[in-house]
Amino acid sequence: MKPVDCFDEMTLPDGASRELYRKIAQWLETAPPDLLLSRQSHAELMFRRIGITFAVYGDKDATERLIPFDIIPRLISRRKWTHLETGLIQRVKAINLFLADIYGPQEIVKSGKIPAEMIETNPFFLKAMIGVSVPHGIFVHIAGIDLVRTGEDAFYVLEDNVRTPSGVSYMLENREVMMRLIPDLFAEHRVAPVENYPDALLASLRSVAPPGASGVPVIALLTPGQYNSAYYEHSFLADKLGIELVEGRDLLVQDDIVYMRTTKGPRRVDVIYRRIDDDFLDPQAFLPESAIGVKGLMRAYLAGNVTLANAVGTGIADDKAIYTFMPDIIHFYLGEKPILDNVPTWRCREPDALQYVLEHLPELVVKEVNGSGGYGMLVGPHAAKAQIGEFAAKLREHPDRFIAQPTLALSTCPAVFASGVAPRHVDLRPFVLAGSDGIRVVPGGLTRVAMEHGSLVVNSSQGGGTKDTWIVEEPAG
Amino acid sequence: MLSRTADNLFWLARYMERADFVARIVEATQRLAALPQLTSDTGTEWESALEASGAAEGFHETKAKIEEATVVEYLTFAADNPSSIRNCIEWARANARAVRTALTVEVWESINVAWIELKRFEKGNLGSGRYDREDLTRFLEFVKRISLDYDGATHRTMLRNEAYWFSRLGLYIERADNTARILDVKYHVLLPQTEMIGGSLDYFQWTAILRAVSALTAYHWIYRESIKPWLIADLLVLRLEMPRSLIACYDNIARFLDSIGKDEAEPGKAQALAHQIMARLEQATTKDIFKIGLHEFITAFVEDNSLLGQTISEQYLLV
Repeated sequence: MKPVDCFDEMTLPDGASRELYRKIAQWLETAPPDLLLSRQSHAELMFRRIGITFAVYGDKDATERLIPFDIIPRLISRRKWTHLETGLIQRVKAINLFLADIYGPQEIVKSGKIPAEMIETNPFFLKAMIGVSVPHGIFVHIAGIDLVRTGEDAFYVLEDNVRTPSGVSYMLENREVMMRLIPDLFAEHRVAPVENYPDALLASLRSVAPPGASGVPVIALLTPGQYNSAYYEHSFLADKLGIELVEGRDLLVQDDIVYMRTTKGPRRVDVIYRRIDDDFLDPQAFLPESAIGVKGLMRAYLAGNVTLANAVGTGIADDKAIYTFMPDIIHFYLGEKPILDNVPTWRCREPDALQYVLEHLPELVVKEVNGSGGYGMLVGPHAAKAQIGEFAAKLREHPDRFIAQPTLALSTCPAVFASGVAPRHVDLRPFVLAGSDGIRVVPGGLTRVAMEHGSLVVNSSQGGGTKDTWIVEEPAG
Repeated sequence: MLSRTADNLFWLARYMERADFVARIVEATQRLAALPQLTSDTGTEWESALEASGAAEGFHETKAKIEEATVVEYLTFAADNPSSIRNCIEWARANARAVRTALTVEVWESINVAWIELKRFEKGNLGSGRYDREDLTRFLEFVKRISLDYDGATHRTMLRNEAYWFSRLGLYIERADNTARILDVKYHVLLPQTEMIGGSLDYFQWTAILRAVSALTAYHWIYRESIKPWLIADLLVLRLEMPRSLIACYDNIARFLDSIGKDEAEPGKAQALAHQIMARLEQATTKDIFKIGLHEFITAFVEDNSLLGQTISEQYLLV
């Protein structure tokens, strides 16, 4: 497949390097290829020693695989970042107002901006949450907003992840490894630090403790356990935050209060940073077969005795069908124009859109409304005829389950391979934290790289890799 | 601290200690089995290696013939032996992984690096069922080294709080069990009258015991005389300065249990039992022990020790 004609973040079309990347380009030119490769494998060794691994579901031999890491940093200027940051804060603010509204008075539906059936028939709209007031009115405490870039100033929001977004440990560990591996290059740039993320997260979580909480709120991170694909991240964060890493079996609910089992007896828990999906949280309230949940947790939650971060029922806001309404949502609640644009999207549930999509499948990306992790999607330009036919059939049968977007010419960044340095497509997931004391964004995020030549799929479950992301001061002059 | 975390730390330490012990047993047995006097019947040496590491029953179920290669395979890499070195390291890491947050980076790395290296050995001759003495030597060296790494990392980097105390508790309960087991398996060569039989055979048996608990040099330093069986018993049961003696283990066990229970209004069952066992060891003399019978004394100790393990579980780990 031919590389899409796209924006390269380092190199100008004439082959010269952009000013922002001047020092990186010099380094790449002067560093012997062996050196780059040896640094690369050194990085891998470091990751493996630390134990940063990632489990891939359905892959028996790779229960502990490393996410490929590329040592060439991705640079974004401070000026551009400030713009992105403002847009991210605006977006998360609107998402929180939207969630409070649809589980409350549903003004946005009454105003006709969003069709009622989009909410009611949505599998992520949780009836259990109707009329529930969550502590401090915040539903989404941690958001991972996926951004893609197609030009110098063209950034789009590809996806909002507001359930249990992951990847922040890679943002932090990538930085640590880079500082150790290429300290000179690091020192030559003025890179905005990311290491205060755990502090910011802890402050956010503390700020949303329920009214009856202990003086210093007790916070725990709830993990599905060590066989979960993101377990490393769970333990990493619990460690950095200095909070207990608990599994469902470590918690118990008595008289609607949540306790953890300790060597000194039960201890009350006020805030749970949960990395378990809604469905598995409480076998009494949701899936009865969930073995990783906590019996009675929902009762304690509804009684207002514990804060869950993120709140239950946030899935409705990162649903891909609702995504298409984000510009309206921002405008409705904030009276502002969205600072960050959505990728133009066809809602296949609308007959005109469906017709257009069916006619243009080979050039579009089609996604399942409720899918994630890059599973169950069609990348038109890279798909075989038969696959396109299959998708067309699925679309006709359940148009409401799909949306379609143009195949974006995602920007590329240089990456190191045995055969040399070559451009690869990237995206960016910054992490946004919302507490009762405001919204915080650590400058940077996780840059994901499609490691295969020409590929646009950056998900780690699909073989994507990562890079360190540097927010740097603009070079002088 | 979460009870589950305490449980994981306790078992993590036990498995690391057990791996080290099994490695030492294999090494000591190999030396013993290589002696010319024994060439006619080395089976019994490997039999007692199985017994000392608590693997005899499991091995017999495999119906394999007792000989060097089969026993070594069973004790080192067998997947179906719960106490094989491989399984010890696997379980140690699984426990460590479950409690990453309670470990320092150094402790975690010591275990994770051990596990990564184990995977490499698994791909080699030994892991593929091909017996190779040179590889075995390297492997046993590796196992002894990683338990030192783990131990050192624990000692040097962990905060002196519950996490540390439960780790240490696991280590000393396991160590006491190991020392007692080797004494029990070999008790017949330690009976005073065997000295009458004399001869180099016994000398090698005695040094093998000492080697298995890395106490040969310690013996010479403490007693400054040739190897005497009752002194071996004295060293491994009653000498406080010998880090693997039963009394040294209990000195630590009682201390760490006291630290764990320091905020409790009155001593728990585990604390009471530990002090009781310690008092018994403090009052004992070699003379008494041989009067009761070394075998009887050790058997009673093994039972007490495992009862204490159970009591700790009930009191702290499985609540």
